Amino acid sequence: MEIPYTASARPDTGLYNAKLGIWLFLASEVMLFGGLFSGYLFLRLGAEDGYWPHGLLNVPVGTGNTAVLILSSVTIVLTWANLKMRNFALAQRYLLATILCGVLFLVVKLAYEYPQKFQHFGAFIKKDAAHEYEAYLGNEHLKERGMPPRYEISGHLEAVEVSLTGDKAALVTLAEEHGLEVVEPPAGEHGHALMVEGKADREKPADQKKGVSPALAEKIAKVPGVKIEAFEVALDPANADPKNPDNDRPHFLYRHATDKVALLHAKDVQWASSFAPKHSSYFAVYFTITGLHGLHVLAGVLVMVYFYFFGIEIYRKNPEHQANRIEVVGLFWHFVDLIWIFVFPIFYLL
Amino acid sequence: MSDTHATETLPGATPVHDHSHDAEHVAKHVKGYLVIGGVLIFLTFVTVWLSYVNFDELIGGHGWNFIIAMIVATFKVSLVGAIFMHLKGEKWTIWRFLLFTAFFVAGLFLLTLLNWGDPIFGTRHSTH
Repeated sequence: MEIPYTASARPDTGLYNAKLGIWLFLASEVMLFGGLFSGYLFLRLGAEDGYWPHGLLNVPVGTGNTAVLILSSVTIVLTWANLKMRNFALAQRYLLATILCGVLFLVVKLAYEYPQKFQHFGAFIKKDAAHEYEAYLGNEHLKERGMPPRYEISGHLEAVEVSLTGDKAALVTLAEEHGLEVVEPPAGEHGHALMVEGKADREKPADQKKGVSPALAEKIAKVPGVKIEAFEVALDPANADPKNPDNDRPHFLYRHATDKVALLHAKDVQWASSFAPKHSSYFAVYFTITGLHGLHVLAGVLVMVYFYFFGIEIYRKNPEHQANRIEVVGLFWHFVDLIWIFVFPIFYLL
Repeated sequence: MSDTHATETLPGATPVHDHSHDAEHVAKHVKGYLVIGGVLIFLTFVTVWLSYVNFDELIGGHGWNFIIAMIVATFKVSLVGAIFMHLKGEKWTIWRFLLFTAFFVAGLFLLTLLNWGDPIFGTRHSTH
């Protein structure tokens, strides 16, 4: 059965059917993302001072990805325009450029941005212990500046110190499975029984230390008879130099953890994890919205790949039909871009 | 006016536009698309730059950075909608969909914001 009104307008609506359909679909998408943004607003407005993080995302990369999506919006509209002008070859080139932009966006997100977060460590210090970590939190300074306090200390987890009441073997096995070693702390240091750290990390310069992934630290804590006593963290710049006004609203240029190492006692830590969804409301809503947005990018790319390889048949039969199909996928693609235009400032910049 | 390539034989089908007129019309807009793309990328950098400025300190009060960033984002989204999505000059049917959607989305946000006036127990608002 032939689908009606694919190239020509239906008399009663004045629109070809797919256009009406895509706009109804986009209306439902607005409700879907609207619900999530509304959830974001609820969580953000409800977050206690100091518990809505700033500057944990890589702004130059986010800015680049925003530009890539905007560029892809231009190329998809040029694809449509060239089909309208019956320049199929040029339209194909613009369509390919759009696909490549979509793929680039996803690669950056999935292969670079997300994995980086799962390796980064953050610990919220209990309020009543915050004064002991003033050198890393800088709350006196923030107070003078009329800014909300900071309770999180973040960076690269270099080692965990543990005390042992049970068998050491299980701990050693777990550590070795992940390329770590269990060692005695250096004489006179800290006083806990054992340290788990990357193999030969002590001989390595700070930026080459393997350290302990935050997820593994959680596994270590679950080994029977093992208790984490402290975390050794190579600090992010905001915690290494918290009184520097540049770090008041720590943001943007991605900076590697510094050489400065802080010892965080587990008894003073309210909550510690990688920058995974469970880290905070912020990351929970960040991963939910960007994850769903990423699925939309993927869907758009798949449809465009299909049109790239199989669009010629429809074009030969009726070029206007193919132009309309590209217009419809273009409307979806612009919507994806439009969502990102809101996502970028609220998560990366504010 | 006829769509010379149309394969449709369904009764009542009417061409959307005359093709030659269409192509001419579209060709005129190509430069505009490029300009709008450039403006959108430029505004992205403006958004980043604005976030370095502490507007709360400059203006006084709270949340100014958020409000200003949202104004810029809304402007960018309007450009995408009006130009790239062809909402400028689009049929009233589509606009009606969007007006209904805007109404319901506003309702969603309103429900969230009602929590300020009548807080949910256990949230931070209920303790203030």
